[in-house]
Amino acid sequence: MGNQQSPVKGKSGKKALKIPRKRWTRDDTELFLLSVPTLVWYLLFTYLPMFGVIIAFKVYKLAPGGHGFLYNLLHSEWAGINNFKYFFTSNSFTMLLRNTILYNIAFIIISASVAVGGALMLSSMRNKRGSKVYQTMMFLPYFMSWVVVSYFVYALLTPERGYLNGIITALGGEKIMWYQEPKYWPFILVFLNTWKGMGYGMVIYLASITGIDPSLYEAAVMDGATKAQQARHITIPSIKPVFVMMLILDCGKIFNSDFGLFYQVTGGIPQSLYTTTSTFDTYIYNAIQSTAPIGQTAAANFFQAICSCATILFANWVVSKIDNENRII
Amino acid sequence: MEKKMKNNHASLNQIKTSTNVLFNAVFLILAVMCVFPLLFVFSISISSEESLRMNGYQIIPPQLSSAAYQFLWNERMMILRAVFMSVSVTVLGTILAVILTTSMGYVVSRRTYKLKTLYTWIVFIPMVFNGGMLASYVVVNNILNLRNTIWALILPLACSSFSVTICRTFFRITVPDSIVESAKIDGADQFCIWSRIVLPISKPVMATIGMFAAFGYWNDWFQASLYIQDKNLQTLQSLLNNIQKNIEYIANNPYGGLSLQQYKSSMPTESVRMAIAIVIIVPIACTYPFFQKYFISGLTIGSVKE
Repeated sequence: MGNQQSPVKGKSGKKALKIPRKRWTRDDTELFLLSVPTLVWYLLFTYLPMFGVIIAFKVYKLAPGGHGFLYNLLHSEWAGINNFKYFFTSNSFTMLLRNTILYNIAFIIISASVAVGGALMLSSMRNKRGSKVYQTMMFLPYFMSWVVVSYFVYALLTPERGYLNGIITALGGEKIMWYQEPKYWPFILVFLNTWKGMGYGMVIYLASITGIDPSLYEAAVMDGATKAQQARHITIPSIKPVFVMMLILDCGKIFNSDFGLFYQVTGGIPQSLYTTTSTFDTYIYNAIQSTAPIGQTAAANFFQAICSCATILFANWVVSKIDNENRII
Repeated sequence: MEKKMKNNHASLNQIKTSTNVLFNAVFLILAVMCVFPLLFVFSISISSEESLRMNGYQIIPPQLSSAAYQFLWNERMMILRAVFMSVSVTVLGTILAVILTTSMGYVVSRRTYKLKTLYTWIVFIPMVFNGGMLASYVVVNNILNLRNTIWALILPLACSSFSVTICRTFFRITVPDSIVESAKIDGADQFCIWSRIVLPISKPVMATIGMFAAFGYWNDWFQASLYIQDKNLQTLQSLLNNIQKNIEYIANNPYGGLSLQQYKSSMPTESVRMAIAIVIIVPIACTYPFFQKYFISGLTIGSVKE
């Protein structure tokens, strides 16, 4: 019976939720069964790892008798905050924190300006077909993996045969050992990140620009607004919600890094580039591949996860203070 | 008539010719920058090893050679196995991703569902908090024991809260309660409604989810580098990744009476690297222009707020 009543009340949305005792119906059972596979997936691949943070508080040891990982973990001693102490006081910590955050800030600012600027320019271009062709071409890097990109970079930068060194020597300069000179890498990485995400960013903003009501522009023309004024007073305010949403999402990722960019493009982070191109992710990855105690790696992992969570909530809170309509959570 | 009027309006409100030319020039440069590496890598792959040694990498190959592709052809067992793995992972993974994502998206989109609030949280929390790389590694590797199986490549990427949210928003808009109700009156259960009614009218969102998944799987090297040590389970990306570290990795099949050592030294190393990169890029470069619009529609659906 509840089944037949619900749709009527369901139309008023929130009210239906407030009804205290809606009975469990066959419909609910069917929907539950339909969602079981995905629920299992969520449980195993997102919620189980969340409990993995326990490892950060343990001294993981193999118990005698060849038991499974969970058995060993539960029978390992508690480490308290020793793993964290080790991580925070290690030489790498400040370096990793600085690299991860500074790179991300540079990425966010530059990518956002390029994307918004590019979208504004694309939307005002006269030849629409040309604009489509440019968009498609600029989207290409987005679909390539960092492994493939690292081959492009190798072809340009490899010291002996690389294209750039070829040009430099042809102009009478000295060869540059790119993979051993840390000073160039911040620029290379920022450039590549912008290059790869450029088409994607522009297309997102362009989609929201094309969605703007054309009558706004017509009215502006009647009032004698120039193109630049239209952009400032119509286009930019209209794409603000998308902009804010992208910004919050990016801020949530400020403690993460695009692993492939840092790891693949540098050729697995050689020793000479270690302090300029290491981030939390590359540190954790290298630790997984090595024999470092798992608890200490887990501490780094836990720190990163907590910080990401805090920044995304903080960014959302700031936005909700400034402009409540644009918050995403 | 009306169209003409509109055109007039539009032409009134156009940028100056000089600005237009400037914009075109800027985008031409950017677009070439995005396509150039592909052409560059291709031209290296068809250069002869000798000319690479003499002149370095050139945009226009001074001496053409198909040695790299011949070499790949000789090692075709390995390449084909990697292609087969890549294709299987992509196909299986995409099917699984579409099923998992749309079924969850549909359930979360139903306003009358009793556990709706709980489900919304289940989907939302992973967007804000995740266990991180190490914890996921431990789960897949030590708890589920998926190392060196194809499932280690497929399962971790099979679903995401982002795509579930896209689906939910799409279903809210395109599948009104009235359709579901009338199907129920005809005696259909929810599974039936999902598979026979909802999915057939949701092809655009399925295409979006499918494309995201397919490109994700095809381009994935990270899962493979963590979980796959078995040479027989290499995908193209992980093959490329391993060759980067050690090009001789690929040379294990001497032919024509050569010893393994001779074979390795005769190998056109530089051009072979680039030739494999080309093998990976070409399928993507040929298909993405057709699927680009699904990406864009998915991204714009995803950013619609309720």
